[in-house]
Amino acid sequence: MNERVLEKLAILSDAAKYDVSCSSSGSKRKNVNKGLGDASSSGICHAYTEDGRCVSLLKILLTNHCIFDFAYCVSRKSNDTKRAAFTVQEVVDLTINFYRRNYIEGLFLSSGIFSSADYTMERLVAIARKLRTEHKFNGYIHLKTIPGASDELLKEAGLYADRMSVNLEMPTESSLKLLAPDKNRDDMIKPMTFLKNEIIANRHDKKTLVKTPLFVPAGQSTQMVIGATPENDWQILKLSNAFYKQMNLKRVYYSGYVPISNDNRLPAIGTPVPMLRENRLYQADWLMRFYGFSVDEIVTKEDPFLDMQIDPKLNWALRNLDQFPVDINRADLEMIKRVPGIGLRSAHKIGEARRFSFLTWEHLKKFNIVLSRAKFFLKIKSSDLDQKDYSAMQIKSMILSGGHSKYSINHSPQLTMF
Amino acid sequence: MQIVEYDGTIEGFFCAVFNVYEYKFSNCSIVRQQYLEGNLFASKHVVHFHPQHCYRVWKGLKSRLSPRAYKNFERAFLSETKGIEDILLRYVHYVFSSTKSVELDFSHEAVLAVNHAAKKVHREAHRMEAFIRFHKTPDDLYYATVDPDHNVLPLIIDHFKNRFADQQWLIYDTARKYGFHYDLQQVQRVKIQFSQEAIHGNAEAIYSEDEAMYQQLWQQYFTSVNIKARKNLKLQLQHMPKRYWKNMVETKPGP
Repeated sequence: MNERVLEKLAILSDAAKYDVSCSSSGSKRKNVNKGLGDASSSGICHAYTEDGRCVSLLKILLTNHCIFDFAYCVSRKSNDTKRAAFTVQEVVDLTINFYRRNYIEGLFLSSGIFSSADYTMERLVAIARKLRTEHKFNGYIHLKTIPGASDELLKEAGLYADRMSVNLEMPTESSLKLLAPDKNRDDMIKPMTFLKNEIIANRHDKKTLVKTPLFVPAGQSTQMVIGATPENDWQILKLSNAFYKQMNLKRVYYSGYVPISNDNRLPAIGTPVPMLRENRLYQADWLMRFYGFSVDEIVTKEDPFLDMQIDPKLNWALRNLDQFPVDINRADLEMIKRVPGIGLRSAHKIGEARRFSFLTWEHLKKFNIVLSRAKFFLKIKSSDLDQKDYSAMQIKSMILSGGHSKYSINHSPQLTMF
Repeated sequence: MQIVEYDGTIEGFFCAVFNVYEYKFSNCSIVRQQYLEGNLFASKHVVHFHPQHCYRVWKGLKSRLSPRAYKNFERAFLSETKGIEDILLRYVHYVFSSTKSVELDFSHEAVLAVNHAAKKVHREAHRMEAFIRFHKTPDDLYYATVDPDHNVLPLIIDHFKNRFADQQWLIYDTARKYGFHYDLQQVQRVKIQFSQEAIHGNAEAIYSEDEAMYQQLWQQYFTSVNIKARKNLKLQLQHMPKRYWKNMVETKPGP
């Protein structure tokens, strides 16, 4: 390896970084026969870059040569940028040597489309095959599903990969038509559906056959770009909900659009990344996946945007004050989880501790509950009711005046385009 | 006040607990040797290791705690936080004096404190699994140095043994001056006398041929994947506190 590899790594990691997925968890792949690696543990973030994002996998493109010209993509054909391509062996060597030094959990390999979908997918599969068979590599592999690749190739990829993903990128068909006229939404949904069915079939085999190979054990994920096009949060979250419920996706990622183009269909270079909005979407996503909220409780068609001032859980509580205050010693745990300022861990602690003692404010303080929030929604004794007689507006302003947002003004969620 | 002095090992601590019961010390404090401060008004009892004493306390705990709660007890001990012994002693008292399982009684001060300490140690153990950086030597040994706040090495060796089953490695805690070496068969606890040259000398001399190249490639990668428009140093520091940086290839200060 030489200077050229260093340059390729710079180009092809820079081009891959807008894919925000960094997860390395959820696989069941163990170390076998004293080989290298083990992807069975929970995910590990090996480092954090200056943007505060986690580095878990070696996330690179095989090449940034691309025959397509999607406006939002940094590797689009018309973009005047340096091009490079790794050889199969180079990617294998980088992965193995980084892994052995404990820099990474594994490889996240994507690619620009050169010549055809099958040709590109074939190369990705060749790398995964080489890692798994020749190098007995049991680390994590995330492969991009190239839309339009044959079922046979996808099936082989699934035998080597822990996770596969195809990025929807644009939340609606019309945005996709605007920014990527050559791209068809069905082309992306089709391989996703194929893999979903293969995963289900594999799980079924596992129950009935003695030995079945792992097949995409960490499931599928996708990504949507936020703030490049005018979709509202209701449209986005409805879609996420459908992905979780109908497509069995493990994760939907939200990627605040980082302006990379002078194309006048997109926010101009220098427009702030909508980080706050992205954060609110993740909060809403968490509420759906872990806190038992349905999407309709979070946003509605009539009120389609998440509140930027307060998080969606607090927002829900303020709209449903009739369900509060919650009796900390008696209420159903599902309801305790819905109290602003109480997370899953503290809800668990409350559930266990109240079997032993009558809980008081003193206990709650020690459970790391954000009492400055939670106090408006909890009661311990019946006399606590009096202080709870505030309106939603009053509670909101009291909570807001007590804290400082971690987002400074330049992370404003406002779009400057459209 | 009765000071109970022990050697700092978990076996020694179990013996100390045994002594507390044996001599019916009521107002006492268990202190590890190196943390001992002169206390004019306290009498001091020195714990001697006795396998039977150690075994009985260990067995008593094992039989009353779930594996998970015992693990947390061990983690809390490894925190080496000043005063953790007294919290653990109160925890033991509570467990031994109750007829039903109390390990999840977070309304009890000691149960909650043990769990908090365990959580901290668990977090740092996980961080070590993430932040340890191996350097390859010419004889194919991958070695790493660490100096964690808590004594977490015993908690992470299984992770590295499972993961790097086909390479020799050595992880050394420079603060506690011991480490673990895996020789492709088993993991052994080791103590090493580092030469002055190894500590201050020319580092390249002990690296393999391609080590510098992969370090440079990794540094390049770490720089390239950063998105400047999303700069957020506070978040970076929150996840990766500065005290760990000196042992990491991508963040260690330049030559």
